[in-house]
Amino acid sequence: MEKKPKSTQWALYQKEIADDNYFYGRSCIRQNFFPASEKTFLKILREELGKTVLEDPNHTTCTGIGYHSDVVPFDTTQTVVARQFSLMTGMGLKNMALSCITSFGLYTEILDTWHHFPEQLAKVREMLYKATKREFELPENIAHASDVIYKFRNEIAQKAKYKLINKETGEPLRVVEHIGCHYSKMFPTSGVGGAEFPQVLSGMVEAFGGEIVDYPERRHCCGFGFRNYLVQANRAYSISNTKKKFESMEPFKPDFIITNCPGCPMFLDRWQYAIAEMDGKTYDTQGKGIPVLTYEELAGMVLGYNPWDLGMQMHQIGVETLLDKIGVEYNPDDKYKDIHGNQLPVPECPSSLMGKLKTV
Amino acid sequence: MIDVIIIGGGIAGMEAACTLHDFGFEIIILEKDKHLGGHLQNWDTLFPTKRNASEVLDHYVKEVQKRSITVYLNTDVTSVTKQDNGSFEINTSREVVFKCKTVLMTTGYDLFNAERKEEYGYKIYDNVITSADLEKLLQTNKGELRSPSGNPIKSVAFVHCVGSRDEKSGNHYCSNVCCVTGVKQAIKMRQLLPEAQVFNFYMDLRMYGAGFEEMYREAQEVWRVQFIRGRLSEVAETIDKRLQVKAEDTLSARPLRMHVDLLVLLVGMEASKATGDFAQSCNLACAQNRFVETADFHIASNKTNVEGLFTAGCAIAPLSVFDTVNHAKAAALTVKEHLRLNN
Repeated sequence: MEKKPKSTQWALYQKEIADDNYFYGRSCIRQNFFPASEKTFLKILREELGKTVLEDPNHTTCTGIGYHSDVVPFDTTQTVVARQFSLMTGMGLKNMALSCITSFGLYTEILDTWHHFPEQLAKVREMLYKATKREFELPENIAHASDVIYKFRNEIAQKAKYKLINKETGEPLRVVEHIGCHYSKMFPTSGVGGAEFPQVLSGMVEAFGGEIVDYPERRHCCGFGFRNYLVQANRAYSISNTKKKFESMEPFKPDFIITNCPGCPMFLDRWQYAIAEMDGKTYDTQGKGIPVLTYEELAGMVLGYNPWDLGMQMHQIGVETLLDKIGVEYNPDDKYKDIHGNQLPVPECPSSLMGKLKTV
Repeated sequence: MIDVIIIGGGIAGMEAACTLHDFGFEIIILEKDKHLGGHLQNWDTLFPTKRNASEVLDHYVKEVQKRSITVYLNTDVTSVTKQDNGSFEINTSREVVFKCKTVLMTTGYDLFNAERKEEYGYKIYDNVITSADLEKLLQTNKGELRSPSGNPIKSVAFVHCVGSRDEKSGNHYCSNVCCVTGVKQAIKMRQLLPEAQVFNFYMDLRMYGAGFEEMYREAQEVWRVQFIRGRLSEVAETIDKRLQVKAEDTLSARPLRMHVDLLVLLVGMEASKATGDFAQSCNLACAQNRFVETADFHIASNKTNVEGLFTAGCAIAPLSVFDTVNHAKAAALTVKEHLRLNN
């Protein structure tokens, strides 16, 4: 039987991604979890690629977390999203680039709803106008910010200072890509590569010289799952989901994980610490955990940005093993300094994840 | 002028050709492949008797040869046009234009391309194959049956309704024969690999034909094939090339995850692309499911909307060998009646 590369599947799901003039919608939570990722996205787009990306300080939450946790009604969510569209319209823009996967999924869902139920769109226009006197146009193009980085992956690769190559062995780094559930599982045609074999992150990794690891639980949730974590009593379920993923990827010995969702890097990163503390178990070969990067951090890293300017010191799993494998230059003494060079308090070392405990 | 040109040299075409020849008509068969037999050439055994498919195939080929019926192999039909006098002209990949009084379309079916169900990983993961691949494997296999990656097979799963009764693939209809094929192949795997576990994931099992239900019972009672009501949600490959499958057992209402060495996708039937290619040239009506629409499903199932253009077998719908042969015999009678009235 002739075996075909996965790219033949990806080719079935290609989407149009605008090439300039974006209205950027930030995430509610990413600036807390991975504080420099959004800044890095804007820097790459504006300074490296010369694109126009505008923001509006009046941009708010999309209500996605509340919506998916069943505490915000859909009519309210639609009206809030309509307000974001009105901000975009007010700036004369027609292309949205969204930082958050859940926002991206929600915007896609709402536009699909309005496509099939135009009366709902009319109702939302009326509600928004009554509440705010605002009007809006529908965006011509909606992309997740990772779509935009994917679109310009080859340009970034050309400017890159580093490749995803192990400097000792010369072999490509083995990378686990984890796609946020709301990226294309609900609307496969809205994501690059569809729902089963999304290309958005793997395309970046391959462009930057790495190799993708396809492991059995690749499609499984990171463990966030909204109510799985937000309801405290469910948190064992959250961590057990994450554990399932790590057990599945462990035999493939990945060098790092890349994600495109606000929650996924948080949970894949922090729960590794929690599992190590609970069981003394790590899933890498050195007992230090598997570094988890956002796609902006990955792009910034290959472009040669200072890892501490990328916010990588905020990770629970230290990124130094990865930086050393690639040969990224960094000053370990600067890890916990503020932007003025003042020393900040150094976090306490975890009892695990330092290579001290033997792996189980 | 030739009395009947039969487009398609599968079992329907051969059966009809022999019967019409015996009625005294002059027949030509146009076959796109380099051999007669259609899909049957690639089948190992037939349900419910489990006889070798080659016995049936050889029978028909010999019958055609015995009658010296003219057969054009490697011949693709590009258009069928009806003339003012009611006759037909057929253009093909050959330079010659064929002329005839009537046309019998026995263009059969195409197998569903399982790559379209991407979640099953066909042609991505080594050990995911289709029911048609398994038939070929069984035809050619000598010695111990191993998975395509070369591993011993300790567990096998069959997935029913791949490309049938499935909105995603655009095929709402049932392909008729996959259920019983799955049962037949599951038994075969247990016969060949007595130590292996065999699972069949199904929506519901449609054992409509003579001997089918008995074979289903035999699979459970004698061969211990395990039937699980539920569809697979995804397939992934482990580091040792096994397959991790996820499904819901809808009878126990529980999600299920298991590892198997071989996954067999029971692919359905789709209307033959060849039919679609020339249907427009003769204004032939096709149903919503893209198969040929018969003039009257119950009392004129061999007639089409074009007078003098007849059809038989899987050109109208997924049919078993049993039903195909009977439908072809009926077509021969219908064509004979038409020629009698119009000569």
